[in-house]
Amino acid sequence: MGDIVQASVRVPNGFFAHAKHDLLLARRHLGDTLAPALFFVMACTLVPLGLSPDAQRLSEIASGILWIMILLATLLSVEKIFMLDYEDGSLEQLLIAPQMISIPILGKIFAHWLVIGLPLTLLSPLLGVMLSLPTVAFLPMILSLALGSAYLSLIGAVGAALTVSLGRGGLLLPLLVIPFYMPIVIFGTATVNAAVAGQFWLAPLAIIGAMLCGAMALCPLAVSATLRAMSNA
Amino acid sequence: MTESRGNWQWLYRLGSPRWFYDISGRWLPWLSALTFFLLMTGLVWGLAFAPPDARQGNSFRIIYLHVPASFLALAGYYIMAVAGAAGLVWRVKMAFIIMKSAAPIGAVMTLIALFTGAIWGKPTWGAFWVWDARVTSMLILLFLYIGVLALQRAFHNGDVGYKASAILALVGTVNIPIIYKSVDWWYTLHQPATLKLTSAPSMHIDMLQPLLVMIGGFYVFYVLVLCLFARAEIVCQERSTVWVRRRLEGTP
Repeated sequence: MGDIVQASVRVPNGFFAHAKHDLLLARRHLGDTLAPALFFVMACTLVPLGLSPDAQRLSEIASGILWIMILLATLLSVEKIFMLDYEDGSLEQLLIAPQMISIPILGKIFAHWLVIGLPLTLLSPLLGVMLSLPTVAFLPMILSLALGSAYLSLIGAVGAALTVSLGRGGLLLPLLVIPFYMPIVIFGTATVNAAVAGQFWLAPLAIIGAMLCGAMALCPLAVSATLRAMSNA
Repeated sequence: MTESRGNWQWLYRLGSPRWFYDISGRWLPWLSALTFFLLMTGLVWGLAFAPPDARQGNSFRIIYLHVPASFLALAGYYIMAVAGAAGLVWRVKMAFIIMKSAAPIGAVMTLIALFTGAIWGKPTWGAFWVWDARVTSMLILLFLYIGVLALQRAFHNGDVGYKASAILALVGTVNIPIIYKSVDWWYTLHQPATLKLTSAPSMHIDMLQPLLVMIGGFYVFYVLVLCLFARAEIVCQERSTVWVRRRLEGTP
């Protein structure tokens, strides 16, 4: 009896179960998990080579470089959110389950942020030093990247759901998702640049937070509508 | 039966591709005539008879193409999204056909707006391309259209492709105000020194009248092209049915 009660309380949630499942998968596919971080470091190394090693010039554009490279690194990984589950059929199992699937989907997106967004955010101070980012800008950069990368994962999940049944969506996914990433790049770099200029940087950061809240409410709904539309066919 | 749901009868009929094909066939001559009349009137009036601008001279006349195209670029996205939403909610096949037809037209309107803007920008701003807030928003709108078009083409199963692109169009609808506001904010943050022409005094009535005719003409033109695209799509989808074969062979 006790077991049944406990089960019926736990089933509607599913957030942590799916997050844990995806974290385990990420550990089993360690190469795929580490690739975005390595890409981030290597792509940032290209910038001084291609532009100039001059510290003054680099410090002016460091915020933009870090934001753009994190965006690209996330794009590399985002199609994986639903791919493995689609291939082994567990996505189908999720869809026929009786509960609302937005919460498990949010759990999967949270796991993606833990595996991709958070490590990239933690790496960013290192690259900030290498790109001569002024020291006052480090805290705003870390905060804006931490919140912003969660937004990147949420929007990316919609794109991943739209392209998951196409198999290797490959080049299509970035085409769908990049336009929606443009506002967050604007506010992310604005946060860092405001700190560099000695202005009040909490305002653009607050807008990033507001966008994250909106995306947390709406993206799981869009993802579940998409996945249902795909599976009904 | 007609009494009980008489008010909604037209909606259900509109949902049938065959009914739409027949009724739009009757509209086509009128739409074509009206389009031709409005566009010709607007063009001749705007290009030949409207007075030249005090500061920009004759180069301002490109607004008679630029402004209507920009109007329809944005309106077209909403038409596409609303049609997609109607298709998702009521599962009306015709709504998806309208959505699919609206995408390429809107993309071309956006391209026309960008292209005419670039031609106008060269004599006025001194450069074909300027990272102005409205120009950048238009470019992002073009990217949104390209996303919808690319997604439509990627699916071999028509129904799934329709639903996927309808969801993408709806996600875009939520995001368009955010994108526009953020680009505005980004632009004012960077404060370029030039480009004061956007705050020029409002238009003289002699220049405005042909512009209104052109906007009306573009709207009718849009409806006309939308009907043509939708009819082509209907024929393509229902090509194996008897009624399509009869229409194409000309037998009633």
